[in-house]
Amino acid sequence: MSDRFTKGMARNIYYGGSAFFVLLFLALTFHTTRELPQRDHRENLTEAVANGKLIWEENNCIGCHTLLGEGAYYAPELGNVFYRRGGEDSFKAFFQGWMKAQPLNIPGRRQMPQFNLSDQEIDDLAEFLEWTSKIEVNDWPPNQEG
Amino acid sequence: MLHTLKFQSQAVAKPYFIFALILFAGQVLFGSILGLQYVIGDFLFPAIPFNVARMVHTNLLIVWLLFGFMGAAYYLVPEESDVELHSPKLAMWLFWIFAIAGVLTILGYLMVPYASLAKLTGNRLLPTMGREFLEQPTVTKIGIVIVALGFLYNIGMTILKGRKTVINMILMTGLIGLAVMFLFSFYNPENLALDKYFWWWVVHLWVEGVWELIMGAILAYVLIKITGIDREVVEKWLYVIVGMALITGIIGTGHHYYWIGPPPYWKWLGSVFSALEPLPFFAMTLFAFNIVNKRRREHPNKAATLWALGTALVAFLGAGVWGFLHTLAPVNYYTHGTQITAAHGHLAFYGAYVMIVLTIISYSMPKLRGIGESNSNRAQIYEMWGFWLMTLAMIFITLFLTGAGILQVWLQRLPEDGQALSFMQTQDQIAIFYWLRSITGGVFLIGVATYFVSFFVGEKSEVTEVAVAANS
Repeated sequence: MSDRFTKGMARNIYYGGSAFFVLLFLALTFHTTRELPQRDHRENLTEAVANGKLIWEENNCIGCHTLLGEGAYYAPELGNVFYRRGGEDSFKAFFQGWMKAQPLNIPGRRQMPQFNLSDQEIDDLAEFLEWTSKIEVNDWPPNQEG
Repeated sequence: MLHTLKFQSQAVAKPYFIFALILFAGQVLFGSILGLQYVIGDFLFPAIPFNVARMVHTNLLIVWLLFGFMGAAYYLVPEESDVELHSPKLAMWLFWIFAIAGVLTILGYLMVPYASLAKLTGNRLLPTMGREFLEQPTVTKIGIVIVALGFLYNIGMTILKGRKTVINMILMTGLIGLAVMFLFSFYNPENLALDKYFWWWVVHLWVEGVWELIMGAILAYVLIKITGIDREVVEKWLYVIVGMALITGIIGTGHHYYWIGPPPYWKWLGSVFSALEPLPFFAMTLFAFNIVNKRRREHPNKAATLWALGTALVAFLGAGVWGFLHTLAPVNYYTHGTQITAAHGHLAFYGAYVMIVLTIISYSMPKLRGIGESNSNRAQIYEMWGFWLMTLAMIFITLFLTGAGILQVWLQRLPEDGQALSFMQTQDQIAIFYWLRSITGGVFLIGVATYFVSFFVGEKSEVTEVAVAANS
């Protein structure tokens, strides 16, 4: 680098540049948190949904599945599983049956553990997945398969 | 008393590095279990379900890198500051606390169901568990904060007493940032959209933010040592590189905000800024090769030089090129959460963070062990074989996962509803790539073994060499 570009200038880029972008990021975050209520339909976040999230977390579901595309890539996406598996009509019934049938014990197939959840817990988990599927996420995923 | 060390307190780095390497071996072992579970679905089920193995794999990675960063700081800060470490005793206490807490956490993952671990550790009091990479029980998280505070105090006091070099200051901002961002792991709102938004403040602002400062500082330090290049030149570059990393990387967080709830303008912000994120990595590669070419001395530690150049180049490939591949919103719409992400994650973490820690270990271990400036030629040859086996294996793992990802997008994401294959059908179709990845994982394991052997081979004694010569 030429001599005209001094260490002092480089230092100013580092401290000044990063301070500026930290502030900008904070401002954008402030704006986003103001916008989020219109997109995450938090008004429908019931106690069952909150409990479902806790069950989701305490069984480490994210260790195999993705949720809105984030997590492990070993098992299907669940951000839209509500629509994929029956929607308003039959998702809950499907989900009760599915959770109880695990593990499927098909030799060589990926296995989902049996988590021994109560009917109520499975129902709450279903509520959480349904609530999640209705967050406004810019029309992701591209199709129902997730 | 080690004559190879300028300051005796630098010696506390040694247990940190050794323990880091042991955890590294564990991480790779669990990685190979995961690879097999991708193709033999019921492998080790139900003893070690996939989610448990994955948690062990990723948590070991994070923890061993933290051990590596701490070891690096304990080694280089006294020398940069030109004073002894503030309290070697505190450093050793924190070592044992962190090591024991880490081992207990991993054993917890392996020995009881995760839900029982959550119950056992009182997750309901302050629920923080069960989010990717932040699976640690809340009490472990609190332990990490305590260790981090003690560590920052120790390093901070040392720098305050001594020289405040650019390397010191950037390392320190990186380490403070690491501790501060981790605090967001305690924020876990019931609202998933909010949870995810701030979860990235830990994950993204670590690996594409403050960790890059730590990486840059360590790399600059090692390059000054092995090339003898004037500090002024290196420091100017370092400022520019880490400056660019933050300028692009902070708003670059936006590339995670496309599909999880935040408003659509993040698609623009994330795309534009993260498209620039490869620049600092490219600059780092140029800088490292340039400076080694213009070196003023021939350092006997060839292996350390190889690691330093390797980390700069592979970080650019993994974080820069593979990151750019899927960072633009219209592309990411199809690739988000596919094997493309896994491919990028593997090469980026290996190139940037695994290799930078192995660089400082390679440079400092001969001194910490009292051997001298470098290991014997024989040991270095083993180490360099380890370098090539691990690095090439990781590049091929990345290529195979990329192949799997492209096919996955093609079969599962691009077609319309009704025509797209389901997730599990797709997985069956791309199994060949997973097999190839697993085989390459075996090569990586051999690389790790070869690398470990390098610590145990010395110079052949002259007697043996004479005997071999006489026999031939």
